[in-house]
Amino acid sequence: MDRRKRNEMIAYGLLWASGVSALVILIWVLAYIFVGGIPVISWQFLTTWPAGWGHTGGGIYPTIIATIQVTIISLLIAAPLSIGGAIYLTEYTKESLLRKVIRQGAEILAGIPSIILGLFGFLFFVIALKEYTGGWSILSGGLTLAFMILPISLRVSEEALKTVPLELREGGLGLGASKWQMIRTLVVPTALPGIITGIILGMGRAIGETAAILLTVGGAINIATSLQDPARPMTLNLYDVLTEYRDTTAAYGTAVILVIAILVITFVTDMLMNRYTRNLKGL
Amino acid sequence: MRESDVLSPEEQLSPKKPVSLNLSILTGARVRNIKERFIELFLLICAISSVLIIFLIIYFIFSQGLPFLAEVGPSFLTGSIWRPTDGFAAGTWGIFPIIIGSLLVTLGAIGIGTPLGVACAVFLAELAPPYMRRILTPSINALAGVPSVVYGFFGLIVIVPWIRDQFGGFGASVLACWIILAIMILPTVISISQDSIRAVPREYKEGSLALGATHWQTIRSVLLPAASSGIVASVILGMGRAIGETMAVLMVAGNTVRIPVSVTSPVSTLTAQIALEMAYASGAHREALFAMGIVLFVIIMILTGAANLALRRRI
Repeated sequence: MDRRKRNEMIAYGLLWASGVSALVILIWVLAYIFVGGIPVISWQFLTTWPAGWGHTGGGIYPTIIATIQVTIISLLIAAPLSIGGAIYLTEYTKESLLRKVIRQGAEILAGIPSIILGLFGFLFFVIALKEYTGGWSILSGGLTLAFMILPISLRVSEEALKTVPLELREGGLGLGASKWQMIRTLVVPTALPGIITGIILGMGRAIGETAAILLTVGGAINIATSLQDPARPMTLNLYDVLTEYRDTTAAYGTAVILVIAILVITFVTDMLMNRYTRNLKGL
Repeated sequence: MRESDVLSPEEQLSPKKPVSLNLSILTGARVRNIKERFIELFLLICAISSVLIIFLIIYFIFSQGLPFLAEVGPSFLTGSIWRPTDGFAAGTWGIFPIIIGSLLVTLGAIGIGTPLGVACAVFLAELAPPYMRRILTPSINALAGVPSVVYGFFGLIVIVPWIRDQFGGFGASVLACWIILAIMILPTVISISQDSIRAVPREYKEGSLALGATHWQTIRSVLLPAASSGIVASVILGMGRAIGETMAVLMVAGNTVRIPVSVTSPVSTLTAQIALEMAYASGAHREALFAMGIVLFVIIMILTGAANLALRRRI
């Protein structure tokens, strides 16, 4: 009996330690980035261009713009596709072969390494569709990213739609609404926080992705004025300033902005999900 | 009341001007019906887009890489000399050391990340007080969200110098990849393991406790075995993440195409090599990189299939 109690205490200790270690690892990583990065951040760093080619220093203004542009493009494509797909899966299909195939497809797509998506984006958008995408461009990069975030947003939206109570649908149909009216006015608004969470998660992935855009977005320091212009988002800039110039100052600054963006996104999705599940429990 | 004032049932059903009215309702319904059908079709297209994208990906990557694979033959996989560009023995395509590098890096990351991740999952599912759960869950999400290039940067400024100081060598090494990748797969292992531990029916746990087992004995001999297939799936998915990871590995691996002799030797992986060389590759070299993409793709498909099998066996 004593030995059992002792073993349990040891096991509890180890489990607590591993739980805490996950937290410690996060703090460890963030601490380095913040301590090195925060002093770099200034209004000037955010709003000026990098020093000319071959020089270090200067700001990262064009790369921030590029990240925003590429992310918006990818969301404009991935959001409707994922929301529409999720609605189809939850509202229009029963457990069938089609549904299995679609779900399996999304799962496989989610597992494809981003560098493979990059290779594909390079062949498809940069080379095959060059006439429309302009080759290396924010459009090619955004489309490649859209394919990457599609399965994530699809999955989260689907889960959100599934939690909408059946009574709501029956009530809507019973009042004479058509199926689409019912979905548009009852199901989607109820699931909206979950759907938005899916989109924001996708946004986080798009902001942080590098490998998929390495081969598609071009990498020129440039503010794109059309969809067919190349650009260099922040992630790519972080990699480039490190490998080309060993410019750790600019790297710290870029990294800390990326990390802050991700932390805000995590915080918002966490809050949305908490409130959403609490609301549903209240129903 | 005269009889003619009362409408017969037939007359009631067909009043004076019924035809046009009925038709308008009918056409209205039909328009609505067509609209509904159109919407359904649009949603179907959205839903199958993932499947279409996969076929596109397979088509494009394989059409570039397969002819090359067919031409070079099995020596592409078994050869150990990789000299894509000009110079001595240019055009020697052997990616064996790169495949070994990918596998080595992945297995090490799994070796470090699995015990920690599963223990963390058990902690969250069974032990953690609510306040710990409220802190840990978003922290793990944040770990999952940190961009891989930031992990690579962290590895470059923290892990690589540390290894260089402790063990000598360049620092960029197998060990550096292990540490960084272990951190990166933690969220995957934790979240899926935790789900499958929570999915174990309550009765199992209650039965075990009622029989006099301690909580830890219950965790060890009831919950973990019952959740084992889900835990296995989480590890396989973690492997997929590790073997497919590009930027972080690229920045801390050292990227040398040679089978590493120790954990402090530099190493090269499929992903890093593709990312590194696509920047300037052309002709046969580029095709060789697409062939490497095929190899990576096939490995990922096998892992995804295995994870699915494991998940299907879950209770």
